[in-house]
Amino acid sequence: MTRVAALNASSWWSLRLRWRRRTGRPRLPVLSMALCILLIFAAVAGGAIAPFAPDEPDFTAILAPPFWMEGGSTMHLLGTDQLGRDMLSRLIGGARVSLLTAGAAVLVAGTIGVALGLIAGYLGGLVEAAIMRVVDAFLALPFILMALAFVSALGTGIGNIILVMILTNWARYARLVRSEVVSIKKRDFVLLARVAGVRPMAIALRHVLPNAMTSILVLAVLDIGRAIILESSLSFLGLGIQPPDVSWGLALAEGRTYMSVAWWLTVWPGVAIVLGVMSFNLVGDWLRASFDPRGVL
Amino acid sequence: MGPFILKRIGQTLITLLLLTILIFTLARLTGDPTPLVMPSEATDADRTFFREQYGLDRPLHEQYLVFLRNILSGDFGVSFRYREPAMNLVLAAIGPTLQLAGLSMLLAIIIGVPLGIAAALRQGSWFAAIVRGYAGLGQAMPSFWVGLMLIMLLSITLPIFPSSGYGGVANFVLPCVTLAFFASASVTLLTWANMTEAMRSDFVQMERVLGIPNRLIVLKHALRNASLPIVTYLGLQFGLLLGGAVVTERVFAWPGVGQLVVEAILNRDFPVVQASVLLTAVLFMTVNLCVDLLYAVLDPRVSA
Repeated sequence: MTRVAALNASSWWSLRLRWRRRTGRPRLPVLSMALCILLIFAAVAGGAIAPFAPDEPDFTAILAPPFWMEGGSTMHLLGTDQLGRDMLSRLIGGARVSLLTAGAAVLVAGTIGVALGLIAGYLGGLVEAAIMRVVDAFLALPFILMALAFVSALGTGIGNIILVMILTNWARYARLVRSEVVSIKKRDFVLLARVAGVRPMAIALRHVLPNAMTSILVLAVLDIGRAIILESSLSFLGLGIQPPDVSWGLALAEGRTYMSVAWWLTVWPGVAIVLGVMSFNLVGDWLRASFDPRGVL
Repeated sequence: MGPFILKRIGQTLITLLLLTILIFTLARLTGDPTPLVMPSEATDADRTFFREQYGLDRPLHEQYLVFLRNILSGDFGVSFRYREPAMNLVLAAIGPTLQLAGLSMLLAIIIGVPLGIAAALRQGSWFAAIVRGYAGLGQAMPSFWVGLMLIMLLSITLPIFPSSGYGGVANFVLPCVTLAFFASASVTLLTWANMTEAMRSDFVQMERVLGIPNRLIVLKHALRNASLPIVTYLGLQFGLLLGGAVVTERVFAWPGVGQLVVEAILNRDFPVVQASVLLTAVLFMTVNLCVDLLYAVLDPRVSA
């Protein structure tokens, strides 16, 4: 694989990482970490901390503005939507769905991709060629179009969207792990283990995989931001999470109709997406720069 | 050099073939299209006739070969919705998409390259920090939200530009800015990284010692060395823009491939979905292949 093709494969995060590598080491992103933890907390605690249920209408407060504006009240801090549903509660519900889909997708896609990449890189030969061509086919489209192709066959809803995100993402891990394995397996300790008669499977799992783990973890953290964008894009297009489930992208699509009278319906979910994506990206950058200065991603 | 080109072209063709298998499998996963196409009052005999007509009763591998033969001759089937060949619909939509992506690319270069160079020359300054923030935002803000915010500010609050449609020059402004914002972030970071590296290189340091004017060093020597990866990356970025265009088109009701494919999925118009996906893939892979080959020509180390 050439440099250019590798760059293409890992597209924008690799760019950001290259930029880091050449311009120095970042400081600890305290704010981003705090935000990530807050988001995860909101996702886990969900209903316990939200003032209302995300789909609970309040017919006395339809399209109520945020509390500091005229007509707003502290009961609905960020205002309400066209059915009087509390925006803050909907954002918390959206965090749950976004992080659940992103987390599940990254976990499963990562596991499948790592396993196949390990097999391809370690065995080499025909097996490697076959796996890598399939990987190429899965990366042959811009990821949103690939996701749309899968959605057209599988359908929408939380379960299907997780499946779609797994299908669009696993190949990236396979490609990364294969290239890591190819370079690791030439190193002395692996050769020594082989000479000592350790079985190939044991070498791959006990010696090669741990050495590739840092890059995999960094890719996974950066992938969460990407997955959040993908899920919200699909939901915005009407091809992702479906009502009555809540999602930031879905909230944006619904709020669009009321954009000229109620800005808060489209501003808040967007702010949530940007803060979420940016926090995970910055934490990923920092992890990467701190633990893996070689830069193979 | 020669073997490298052949290998890359071979890889691309195999990838494309695997992609057709993938698309075919997905199409079969959606089940039998007969109920979608036939009216509800059709008899069982009609349905059987339809299945035989379209070869749906034959074994899967035979169906795949027919599918492959058809798409190779440009026949993706007829749109269930528009009763027109799917290929024609996609070809009509690809023009607006390429216009949108092309203009956005240009805008992203005009913004990103100077920003990247300037930031590389003022490493660690407040200016560099602002540029860093701009690029970080550009990558974290989903394009549909940028688009909606632009509509809210520049066509609802201050009615300057139209919020949707295609045709006039004014229609181009908001969609292009939306897409260019996202692309300019990566162009900026890439230029920044490569310029920094070039400015640190031995020959630039040497020129400094020799007292050659800084402007001359930056523009003539450093930039030239940094430009190879930048130029090739722009080709790849163009492919990524085709993806970004899908969502942007939907926001601004732009009559491109993205709009077409989303409508087609919502209407379960599978021939159009397949045609859009496969033709975009061909375009995307051709661009990538050209970029790789160009890189190999310009930098002989690659093919070694």
